[in-house]
Amino acid sequence: MSPGSRNNLFFAAGERLAAKKPHLWLRSRIVQAIRSFFLSKGYLEVETPLLIPAPAPELYIDAVQAGDLFLHTSPELCMKRLLASGYEKIFQICRCFREGERGANHLPEFTLLEWYRTEADYRSLMNECEDMLLHLSMTLGLGERLFYQGRVIDLRPPWPRLSVTDALGQYAGVALEDVLAAGSFDEVMVTRVEPHLGAPKPTFLCDYPASLAALARTKTKEPQLAERFELYIAGLELANAFSELTDVVEQKRRFEREREERSRLGKKAYPSPERFLEALPFMPESAGIALGVDRLVMIFADRKSIDPVVAFTPEEL
Amino acid sequence: MYTASNLRKGLKLLLDKEPYVVIDFQFTKPGKGQALYRCKLRNMISGIMIDRTYRSVDSFEPADLEQRKMQYLYYQEGHFHFMDLQNYDQVSLSEAQVGDSKNYLIDNLEVDVLLFEGRPIGITLPNFVDLRVVQADPWAKGDSVAGDSKPITLETGYILRVPPFIEEGIKITVDTRTGEYVTRVKE
Repeated sequence: MSPGSRNNLFFAAGERLAAKKPHLWLRSRIVQAIRSFFLSKGYLEVETPLLIPAPAPELYIDAVQAGDLFLHTSPELCMKRLLASGYEKIFQICRCFREGERGANHLPEFTLLEWYRTEADYRSLMNECEDMLLHLSMTLGLGERLFYQGRVIDLRPPWPRLSVTDALGQYAGVALEDVLAAGSFDEVMVTRVEPHLGAPKPTFLCDYPASLAALARTKTKEPQLAERFELYIAGLELANAFSELTDVVEQKRRFEREREERSRLGKKAYPSPERFLEALPFMPESAGIALGVDRLVMIFADRKSIDPVVAFTPEEL
Repeated sequence: MYTASNLRKGLKLLLDKEPYVVIDFQFTKPGKGQALYRCKLRNMISGIMIDRTYRSVDSFEPADLEQRKMQYLYYQEGHFHFMDLQNYDQVSLSEAQVGDSKNYLIDNLEVDVLLFEGRPIGITLPNFVDLRVVQADPWAKGDSVAGDSKPITLETGYILRVPPFIEEGIKITVDTRTGEYVTRVKE
């Protein structure tokens, strides 16, 4: 059989799939440990529809259209409707879909863990992140320190909280206002700040500019900043969290702005998520977080790409 | 016209009026932020590598490149001359443009000449080329000190190491991608 023939390609694909087995075992154990953590803390596990009529109009997140509906990009809007109806602590592990996202750390179809709780703000979610990752590591028998891509990550709390303003100054020598004005915030973050975050301990990057947090509450004393954080481990962005915005007038205004920006960039228009907006006035003060499960497995499996920790990448189908 | 979402390894595009090929490519997207495409690109004329970061709104012109089958004719005053086998047009490339490929250029060899906006900028050789050995030390049978290989000179002036049984005057096949000996040619 010559190299590159159909049979050889089949065996190569089969071997690649077989080689993933240890990572898929680890993945399964991680998902079970996540469930046991949240169930022991009194959280209710929920499932909300993947097919929804109206995704949140976020400027840089593109939903996949499926007939008249969309595959959800996150379960956020449905989970917040549950909060508004008296559910106090909920979590969900589900597939999410984002068009065009494919790279070493991205899949267009990926697994998110989201959890929400009422009477909480983003600070309490930081504590829960610390508790959960330590719980996972201990449950997996890996102890309090992880070894990721040649670096030791110490999971013992507390983990550093670093503001976006300080991180930009410390690692890139630039001011937040300047990079926002120049439109280079994302580029500076990716190339000059992110590689430094999350070692030797995981790091919470906090207090994003309000303009970059469409669904987050702003800080009372510094209204130009939002109560939003991202969790980093060894340069890898693992989770995004907010104190949730509960002001419906403000929320409508921000959705409108995102919609205008989307249309300015020639992006697909979404219908307005009316039922979510109707429920928002009844949502108590809450906090919510989305954590990438595939990336969590990458960290525990010490892989630098997302490909080996999922059974099939889009290219392997 | 390409957009950033078309970027991938091997894509050839026009930047500052020169052709570039994408050597390495990374998709990144900071939380809630815009997609960034970090590329390493090689200038197809100068060979110089550059790093660039693009956004999804960026677009590119494809580079006007054409590959044509040509025959190597001769070398004169720092230039290698080739003839198009279809229309008998002749083109020439400098030593710098030909680079290490000159080690394999023998009369009448067919190569692919890469043209940018009609001007030749480089050549692609066949993977294997047969070349005559013009200088080789004789094989001393039983001479274990000779080791596994010995240096020889080919008709193009290229010097490489081959097994000790290769003698002056015969032809050998060389892999142009690695520059290494493959086999002896039976004539």
